[in-house]
Amino acid sequence: MTLTRRKFLKAASVAALVVSARPSAGRAFELKGRMSPGPKALQAGQWGMGVDMNKCRGNCRDDCLAACHEIHNVPYIPKPEHEVKWLFLEPYENAFPERSHRFLSKRVREKNFFLLCNHCEDPPCVRVCPTQATFKRQKDGIVMIDYHRCIGCRFCMAACPYGSRSFNFRDPRPFIKKINPEYPTRHRGVVEKCNFCQELLEVGRIPACVEACKEGVLTFGDLEDPTSVVRELLSEKPHIRRKPDLGTGPSVFYIT
Amino acid sequence: MFNKGWVIGGIIVFVAAAAFPFYWYQIGQGKPFPKLELPAKEKRCVESVEFMRANHMRLLDAWRIAVVRDDLLIYTSTKGDKFEMNLHKTCIGCHTSTERFCNRCHDYNDVVPPCWDCHVAPSEIGKGEQS
Ligand code: HEC
Ligand code: HEC
Ligand code: HEC
Repeated sequence: MTLTRRKFLKAASVAALVVSARPSAGRAFELKGRMSPGPKALQAGQWGMGVDMNKCRGNCRDDCLAACHEIHNVPYIPKPEHEVKWLFLEPYENAFPERSHRFLSKRVREKNFFLLCNHCEDPPCVRVCPTQATFKRQKDGIVMIDYHRCIGCRFCMAACPYGSRSFNFRDPRPFIKKINPEYPTRHRGVVEKCNFCQELLEVGRIPACVEACKEGVLTFGDLEDPTSVVRELLSEKPHIRRKPDLGTGPSVFYIT
Repeated sequence: MFNKGWVIGGIIVFVAAAAFPFYWYQIGQGKPFPKLELPAKEKRCVESVEFMRANHMRLLDAWRIAVVRDDLLIYTSTKGDKFEMNLHKTCIGCHTSTERFCNRCHDYNDVVPPCWDCHVAPSEIGKGEQS
């Protein structure tokens, strides 16, 4: 038999094609069940919050802050550089460093401001995240962190102009007073922040801080619905947002 | 031909050495499969046992993407049963001990899922500040 080089190459390439074209059978996974939203889930185009600084006392750390941090297993770490927080209080000068509201009433200016993630319209943290762990949910506008994807690079913390994000420099579990088994903790090496209580909205409840505040400071609702409670409040009362000139479009409004 | 005996002998020795893991595996005695603690009252898992055995990790992966990223909550199985897509409430609601169920099988298979670093395993419930 004579096998020319040309014939050999032809046969070899056909054989290679046959081998590589074999279907990768049995690899694909198909979930046959169906998934749907919770029957009682609260829905909105863009969740937003109004914080009435006329009513807020600015010092009762035990209500809104404690309620949030308890249900979300946020650790209390005394060392300031390791601190983890979802909600926090800061004086006016820190919350609004540009101080463009020169004649804001003294009564309001002297209070601590209630701060949290602004769930921005155009969040800079989302743009910089290399793994899409942090993302803006199309459906309800919540800026989420998918902790399963977070690699702890902290780009988002550098990008956030509001200081809303904390990094777990150490294992948070020993610093949690009482672990709530219904919500996972985090582990060392991930970034965390407020999630507008998406796990409560899903089952038809409003955020824990709103529920906990006895003074009625916090109003929560859909910013895209002109008849929602927040929109009605905002159409009546003067309000400010943090660092509006950056163009991030915060969804948290401070009524002054 | 030179050294025919040496060459063939060498080949035999080489093949025997290269195939060592295969027949060692056949001779070696496997660990017995551990006994899993199954839920006492419930009869059915989320999907069929065969499916769960082979695919529970993919199911959980699909669940967490659905809940965290797509704002979904309810899973309707092929049999029509409804479940909340939640590792703690649903899986641990029936398989109440991760040690005597998940971990026994995972130890046998040498798998260490990282889930319990964050999700609260039943044995961790009630624990708190130690420092
Ligand atoms: C309604 C109760 C229930 C829920 C919820 C449930 N299971 Fe099960 N599971 C069972 C029962 C009962 C069996 C045993 C079925 C049998 O042997 O026929 C089982 C079997 C299994 C098996 C196979 C064990 C074996 O024998 O090989 C795996 C794996 C499993 N479950 C994982 C899970 C995971 C992961 C979840 C959460 C997504 C879950 N189960 C949720 C009741 C439940
Ligand atoms: C019948 C044995 C068995 C039981 C019971 C079982 N698993 Fe698994 N599990 C496995 C095996 C085997 C793998 C690894 C599969 C692979 O790597 O392809 C695995 C992998 C996983 C993974 C993916 C790990 C990774 O690193 O990707 C998760 C998550 C998981 N199991 C969760 C659970 C939970 C939760 C339970 C209890 C409710 C459970 N499993 C019960 C056998 C089991
Ligand atoms: C870094 C911490 C962390 C790790 C590790 C982790 N999770 Fe989660 N997981 C969370 C948090 C936090 C949520 C809730 C997110 C929310 O609702 O805002 C969650 C939600 C989920 C959900 C949906 C709702 C719920 O509470 O069950 C599933 C399912 C889930 N994770 C599965 C897994 C599986 C499977 C693993 C292991 C392979 C795992 N997770 C590992 C932090 C973690």
